[in-house]
Amino acid sequence: MTTAKLTSEELSAAANHAIEAPNAPRKRVRKAGQNFEMYSWLFMRLSGIVLVVLVLGHLFIMNILDGGVHRINWGFVAGRWASPFWQMWDLVMLWLAELHGANGLRTVINDYARKDGTRFWLKVLLYASVILTLALGSFVIFTFDGTIEYPTGN
Amino acid sequence: MTATLNADLAPVQHTGPLPPVPDGAVMVTVNLQRFNPELDDAPHMESYRIPALPTDRILNLLHYIKWYIDGTLAFRRSCAHGICGSDAMRINGRNRLGCKVLVKDLVTAKKTEITIEPIKGLPLEKDLIVDMEPFFDAFRSVKPYLVTHGNEPDREWVQSIEDRERFDDTTKCIMCACCTTSCPVYWSADAYVGPAAIVAAHRFIFDSRDQAAEERLEILSDAEGVWRCRTTFNCTDACPRGIQVTKAIQEVKRALMFRRI
Repeated sequence: MTTAKLTSEELSAAANHAIEAPNAPRKRVRKAGQNFEMYSWLFMRLSGIVLVVLVLGHLFIMNILDGGVHRINWGFVAGRWASPFWQMWDLVMLWLAELHGANGLRTVINDYARKDGTRFWLKVLLYASVILTLALGSFVIFTFDGTIEYPTGN
Repeated sequence: MTATLNADLAPVQHTGPLPPVPDGAVMVTVNLQRFNPELDDAPHMESYRIPALPTDRILNLLHYIKWYIDGTLAFRRSCAHGICGSDAMRINGRNRLGCKVLVKDLVTAKKTEITIEPIKGLPLEKDLIVDMEPFFDAFRSVKPYLVTHGNEPDREWVQSIEDRERFDDTTKCIMCACCTTSCPVYWSADAYVGPAAIVAAHRFIFDSRDQAAEERLEILSDAEGVWRCRTTFNCTDACPRGIQVTKAIQEVKRALMFRRI
């Protein structure tokens, strides 16, 4: 057994490598998604800014420009969605508006539901409606076929 | 034995003549929320019609009721000059210190009613007294004390005027709980740390001498931390010290987002 004596150099080296904060609690390792609340908060701000442009633009085109709502018919929608630009506009607006609104409702439910059970079921209802709306909306935007005959309903 | 003891401890009811009504006094009606856990099932309102000077504090009205009308009235107060933060209460629906609101601030020729209730969101114990422990628990959870590593410096910690200015506003807190108990999120979610705890954290996070900002930010980034704040500004309105509470919360949010202090 050799108990090597530390030289003064080794001693000072050890002193220099002292633990910086020996009493600090062990750093929590963040699991993925643990900062969800921060990202959802940030998402509300950013999507809000984009939605101002998208929604006001949408309202302007649909309700004011060129005779407004009176000119909207099957052909008008078919003509718009023939262009990938308007397809993307509507798709982005659909997703951002739905997620923005749903996230807002999620915080309202979190804040105001008094029982865990109520909170859980309200959220199930909310998420189901989100999935349904997004799936149906995206499906229509991508598969809309303007060439099929206009359903007159006669 | 206990009967005599209770009799001794029972509040002495005022029996002598009422103090003279000073010149310039007006009659005001104080609607006070009363609750005695040993007798009542639920809190109820009671009205007292008493003389008051326009320059009286709301605390004076409570003293008048306790000293001359009903000695069983329970409320907290200590310094009575807006320093100790003991007498936070809801006055006409707003969280204020009883010792900082004057009768003339509330009473007009037409309206002589004043409503006083305990602060909301903390367990009610008696009359205006609530259990402050949940509030202090949240305060303790953010490590509201200076944390430093390494060797002590040979002389005092030096700090520039600018560095001191950075957290000056949040040093003014007197822990009265006006802000936290005015927050609608705190009313419904007990776990939310609340504005006062975030103010306490802000005071050290932005202190150039402190070295535990990361730890505190980690605590406040929790699901029950700063992201529960809905920016309703009730806290800023309620603060009797004029602290820009909502601004402080937003500064913590920004520090978390950019990981920079």
